[in-house]
Amino acid sequence: MFDIERWQEIFDTIRKNKLRTFLTGLSVASGIFILVILLGFGQGMQNGIEHEFKQDATTSVWAWPGVTSKEFKGLNPGRRIQFNNDNFETASSMFKETVEYESPRIFVRGITVNYGKEALVYSIQGVGAEFQFIEGPKMIEGRFINYQDETSTGKVAIIGKKIKKDVFNKVDTPLGEFIDISGIPFKIVGVFSEMEDREEERIYIPITTAQRVFNGGDRLNSLSYTLPPVENFDQAVAQAVNFKNNLRTYLQQAHTVAPNDNGAMEVWSAMEEAKRYYGLTGNIKLFFWFVGICTIIAGVVGVSNIMLIVVKERTREIGIRKALGAKPWSIVGMIMHESIFVTAISGFTGLIFSMGLLELVGPHIEVDYVLNPSVNFQVAFTTVVVLILAGTLAGFVPAWRAAKVQVIESLRDE
Amino acid sequence: MIEIKDLHKSYQMGSNSLHVLKGINFKAEAGELVAIMGSSGSGKSTLLNILGMLDGADSGEYTLDGVPIKDLSETKAAQYRNKFLGFIFQSFNLINYKSALENVALPLYYQGVPRKERQEKALQYLERVGLKEWATHLPSELSGGQKQRVAIARAMAAEPKVLLADEPTGALDSTTSYEVMDLIQKINDEGNTILVVTHEEDIAHMCKRIVHLKDGVIVEDKKVNQVRAEQYV
Repeated sequence: MFDIERWQEIFDTIRKNKLRTFLTGLSVASGIFILVILLGFGQGMQNGIEHEFKQDATTSVWAWPGVTSKEFKGLNPGRRIQFNNDNFETASSMFKETVEYESPRIFVRGITVNYGKEALVYSIQGVGAEFQFIEGPKMIEGRFINYQDETSTGKVAIIGKKIKKDVFNKVDTPLGEFIDISGIPFKIVGVFSEMEDREEERIYIPITTAQRVFNGGDRLNSLSYTLPPVENFDQAVAQAVNFKNNLRTYLQQAHTVAPNDNGAMEVWSAMEEAKRYYGLTGNIKLFFWFVGICTIIAGVVGVSNIMLIVVKERTREIGIRKALGAKPWSIVGMIMHESIFVTAISGFTGLIFSMGLLELVGPHIEVDYVLNPSVNFQVAFTTVVVLILAGTLAGFVPAWRAAKVQVIESLRDE
Repeated sequence: MIEIKDLHKSYQMGSNSLHVLKGINFKAEAGELVAIMGSSGSGKSTLLNILGMLDGADSGEYTLDGVPIKDLSETKAAQYRNKFLGFIFQSFNLINYKSALENVALPLYYQGVPRKERQEKALQYLERVGLKEWATHLPSELSGGQKQRVAIARAMAAEPKVLLADEPTGALDSTTSYEVMDLIQKINDEGNTILVVTHEEDIAHMCKRIVHLKDGVIVEDKKVNQVRAEQYV
């Protein structure tokens, strides 16, 4: 490896075949380049998806009712399930230990909303104070519903940013303005923003107010929860699945639903969804690796090919060396050394270029589900290992061919 | 120095077997200068290849300086070649991108001699063949005779027990041939054992002993009065 003579020989052969070596190197360099860029984007996608999921609390679990599809304990299928306050409260005491935040929700339907003379067509949802931590609306002005509002059936409303933009564009701030919901004035106390416009077209009011004032009785449209954060992802998924199953079991019992009747109620966990996405990014990364490795293999085959030609051209020289006492392994070493050297140099060039590109362009990329594509040290290291392996592989077959050169035949005069 | 007993070698040519060496018995003492003669197809090249450990015999014994040469692995053969033998070829077989000096130093490289010492020694041998000033020249810049002298220096550099020369003058005109033979004679005078394969009578007579090969057997083995090449130079 640190044999000056051998290095000199390698430089000699490279100098004699500049174009050939350059083209070979180019194929390896582009292979590494593509691999690193692909891996960078794989990482970018993962970052992007993580980012998207951070918006809604990733540990959230939601339950909403449906229609039974199976007969159970003498009850006919086709029964519409309705959640109520009792469900929420029982679940609340049952899962006190496991749950971080909880909130019921009710959709207020069939009412009119007016601001002055203007009729507003936005959906109204009655939610609890902790809903803020579950759905994750960001307060940009004022506050969210608090416990005080809940207990006192306060007539307060929180509006989305889009509503503010569309309706309250004539006033400095919508805070303190009143909107009329079914003739009852509600004071706006907060403005929230969300990732999507659609979610900003909502008006939140306290759940208690919604039930009492708008004749909701004790009906609920959904139950929502978040679970406390845990160390690692797998644990979080396990926790979410566990809670989800318990919640479903309770709700099924409470509403006399067959345990295998999936349509009667839906329990959904963001964690599982996230896991599916993570699984997807995992697969995409795997695919990127696969494509990248294939590209490198193409490069390696190129190097191997070139080295075979080199060996063929140098058959006579190898014969002379063997006659002078070169051992087979020294011939193998000579050819492999050159091959590893060419792949390593060109590979590093590709690595540096691609990492440079990611470093320069990466932070400026703003596309959904792709965020700051980059490669970390570990990936770069792996690539280097792949490279050196590739060089060895590329050199081995030609080197073996060289070691098997028959002295007599190679020296025979043409 | 060299002793072979009942050496047989045949080649498979398709379905036919070609019996090339049919029981060779031969002995050469240290310091001998032997010409091996024979027409093409007589088996002289095959014999030289076996002597040079480039090819194995089918049967028979071969002893070189008391060491039995048998069933060698490639690595072992390479080692022995490096230690015991120096080759001189008809077509010189210098490595064309290496200077004369580097060519001469090559066997020393495979002996594991350090770089500096290697170059000193190589220069010394180049001086002995009268090419010290040409040390940095590439083979393409040398004449045929000079090339062969570099090749001889290379063969000598490893200080082998035996020099094997395969038609050393085959590619040279007669004046240059005599120069090369003069050099070989002088090297022999210093006590080196040299085997020269040739089909030229005058070259053979510049050796001390002539072995005639015909159809795979030795038909004649005689000592001759050496003709010094010096007088023709």
